[in-house]
Amino acid sequence: MRIKVDPARCQGHNRCLDLARDLFVDDDFGYVTEVGDGSVPADEVRRAELAVLNCPEAAIELIAD
Amino acid sequence: MHERRELPENWASDFDLFDPAYVEDPYSDWVQMRAQCPVARSERYGGAVLPVRHEDIAQIAHDPATFSSRVLEATGPVPSPGRELKMPPITSDPPDHDEQRRLLLPLFTKPRIRALEGIARRRAAELIDAFGDRTVVDAADEFARHIPVTVIARMLGVPVQDEATFDRWVVMMLKEGPKEQAVRREAIRAITAYFSQLIAVQRESGQEDGGIVQALLTKRDTGPTLTDDDIVGMCLLVLVAGIDTTWSAIGSCLWHLATHPVDRRRLVDDPALLDTAIEELLRAYAPITIGRTATCPTSVGGVQMAAGDRVLLPFAAANRDPNAFDRADEVLIDREENRHLTFGLGIHRCIGSNLARMELKVALTEWLRRVPEFELAGERDVTWTGANVRGPEVLHLRFAAAALDGGDR
Repeated sequence: MRIKVDPARCQGHNRCLDLARDLFVDDDFGYVTEVGDGSVPADEVRRAELAVLNCPEAAIELIAD
Repeated sequence: MHERRELPENWASDFDLFDPAYVEDPYSDWVQMRAQCPVARSERYGGAVLPVRHEDIAQIAHDPATFSSRVLEATGPVPSPGRELKMPPITSDPPDHDEQRRLLLPLFTKPRIRALEGIARRRAAELIDAFGDRTVVDAADEFARHIPVTVIARMLGVPVQDEATFDRWVVMMLKEGPKEQAVRREAIRAITAYFSQLIAVQRESGQEDGGIVQALLTKRDTGPTLTDDDIVGMCLLVLVAGIDTTWSAIGSCLWHLATHPVDRRRLVDDPALLDTAIEELLRAYAPITIGRTATCPTSVGGVQMAAGDRVLLPFAAANRDPNAFDRADEVLIDREENRHLTFGLGIHRCIGSNLARMELKVALTEWLRRVPEFELAGERDVTWTGANVRGPEVLHLRFAAAALDGGDR
């Protein structure tokens, strides 16, 4: 599984940082991107799902490899 | 809770934000509005259109071209363009908005907010210490309001002794102001004068206090065109948006826990659930109703709006729309999927959302640790404020005397 943040939608709510802190990284303004290529380790899949389901802007996509 | 009332007959064309039944329980009215008149309008208090469906509120929040942020007040006359109270970036539209917002955003990131947690925690502990051996306190007046005041005063770099003055101005502007425009104007005048002077003093001294005023003065030296008026407006924003909001949210959370002992005991037993519970309480009791002004003739859910008409966005109504959330009107403190709009949507997402979450968690953690069992002190012991910010202005709670601080912070 991979995650992808749409930078045009992210408004810096930072819910993903609360819920899956190893999968996302924020810039100096609080806008977020996925770490690296967005790969989600097997034991982080539920956290990734929660990040997707709690993003107010629906800016995060979880993609099956 | 009282019986769910029937909506007043002319509600769709003459809704009243200050109707006592609406102020006390807007949620029941919204249920009926979604079924009968999903968008109401009124000429009261300067006039406004009131949508309550998630789809309408989200669409407006995401369309700043049609719905300007130049007037955020829920009540009072809609000033003509150029005559509004300017609090950049919340009152700004594109294209000015983005650069102004990027001046403030770095001051509100998670690491910056984490650095303020100790101040909030010490203040919360002091406030509970001050309960002494009393068994009834006004948790809104003696607890909830002071935590954000202390943190915001620190962020702005103003002296601690000015906190009481701050507090008074915020009450004048947001609690009394919506009904009394003269009180609101007086508060704005006093706040503006205060920050104009603070800017002058900080510019002279050039001292590094880490506050927002000083950070903005430094940024002005290195590039962006930023007037003293802009900086005063930003300070005004931090003050009015950073205090009453969180104060109301803390109060609403305590009211819920006072009236829902099962939820309260579950959080006392399992503090790890607090993060999830806070999101749910934020969803259910989102304090903010914010205004937008139509820039051109448009319509909201079939209701026509002319250019210059005001529309209100009650975020809690979007959060309680059953088309967006399962069991939307129930508070489920273990709700894991919670895409709520409490901090807004789109380009004006609340800049202080990390701060609010930190203060709420600190306040509830300290309260539950020291006062695990509490209840409303009597039948009429909560008074809600309405208009832009809903929360308990008075919240009398009863408990066995607060535990002495065990010092395990």
